[in-house]
Amino acid sequence: MCLGIPGQIVSITENQLAVVDFNGVRREVSLMLCPELAVGDYCLVHVGFAMQRLEPEEAQETMELLDEFLEASGESS
Amino acid sequence: MNPHNRPDEGRLAPRLIEEITRLADSPMRLMEVCGTHTVAIFRSGIRSMLPPGVELISGPGCPVCVTPAGEIDRAIALSRREDMILATFGDLMRVPGSSSSLQEERAQGRAVRVILSPLDAVKIAEEHPDKTVCFFGVGFETTSPAIAAAVMEAQRKGCNNFYLLSSQRLIPPAMRALLSAGKVNIDGFILPGHVSVVIGKAPYCFLAEEFSLPGVITGFEPLDILEGIYLLLRQRKEGRTEIEIQYSRVVQKEGNPRARGIMGEVFAPVDARWRGLGTIPASGLALRDGFSQMDATQAFDLPLQDIAETPGCLCGEVLQGLVRPPECSLFGTRCTPEDPVGPCMVSTEGSCAAYYKYGRGNEG
Ligand code: SF4
Repeated sequence: MCLGIPGQIVSITENQLAVVDFNGVRREVSLMLCPELAVGDYCLVHVGFAMQRLEPEEAQETMELLDEFLEASGESS
Repeated sequence: MNPHNRPDEGRLAPRLIEEITRLADSPMRLMEVCGTHTVAIFRSGIRSMLPPGVELISGPGCPVCVTPAGEIDRAIALSRREDMILATFGDLMRVPGSSSSLQEERAQGRAVRVILSPLDAVKIAEEHPDKTVCFFGVGFETTSPAIAAAVMEAQRKGCNNFYLLSSQRLIPPAMRALLSAGKVNIDGFILPGHVSVVIGKAPYCFLAEEFSLPGVITGFEPLDILEGIYLLLRQRKEGRTEIEIQYSRVVQKEGNPRARGIMGEVFAPVDARWRGLGTIPASGLALRDGFSQMDATQAFDLPLQDIAETPGCLCGEVLQGLVRPPECSLFGTRCTPEDPVGPCMVSTEGSCAAYYKYGRGNEG
């Protein structure tokens, strides 16, 4: 029941409400718990509320730890 | 692009399993506290990939499963009132009370609405000024800030037909109760990722400081879980006992202070009953004085009864990690997801439902 789903903010309307895109599906989300979010930001959404800003670049990064493994075995490119 | 997805799963999972196997030179029993982890672990088949020494035990982390039948009965009693619209999350609809469920009540014609956000309940109250609207709010710390925000919103809008029946619970006090009872034998915790988005790392530090147990706040992808397990084994190897954050791309060390602030403005901790765990001090949330006019338990006559578990149902033991679902004599025979006896089989995040659905090959 505690699942959060990541989405991207498409627009922000009045009253701390935003339209968030979840892989093509758009829903209204409240920014009351994360008022600093801006259009274009990624965020974790749970029961209609943005809970946490997500850094998009982190998705591209392989975890440091896993990098270590790969380097150790010469798989890193 | 989805910032939640992890790269290179196919290549990295075997590497992590290799490392875990290397470190698992003596047995390690790890409890995953969160029901979302339970499901992710079963779905990905992680149990069968782990070396024999590493055992995963499911804990009390599904809000639906730990809600006592008496609290379901109170919601049912509310739904039977004239003029009442009872709003709740879909997960609760099938949970059995002592003699009925909210789903059965709806089938009987009661106004029970499934909502996706607590704000939807406030909207219903605005749209139906002639009705009484009660939100049956169940959840852990992940959900409580949203419920608190909806309460604030109802107050701001002056919705005096909006009520909350609070059935919220807090995870760290339950972990303390579980450990203090001394019945379950655990060597470390896979800590819930999304509860921690709100509470951060500090509330778990007692695990290391008072119980000398490590914990890793872990994400929900198979690679996250494998890395969480790896980090727990590595702590043991290196002689450390700490709370670490594996899921650092989402969880901040300090959590979400604003969410906690709103939660603290609206709710105060109270003692709460948990299915299987009994009454745990300061493990529930009740509306503070400034919001008590919305408290359904004060506005309506709602006695809370102690309902005995269905004879034979071992949910209480399952939730404490003391028995595995197949050890229940009703499992898979009298109790199935289609016709569940206990909440651990009702909830999609319940251990019994996960065992039933993904069981074979997952016993490890
Ligand atoms: S299998 Fe069914 S009856 Fe047995 S513990 Fe699980 S939910 Fe209860």
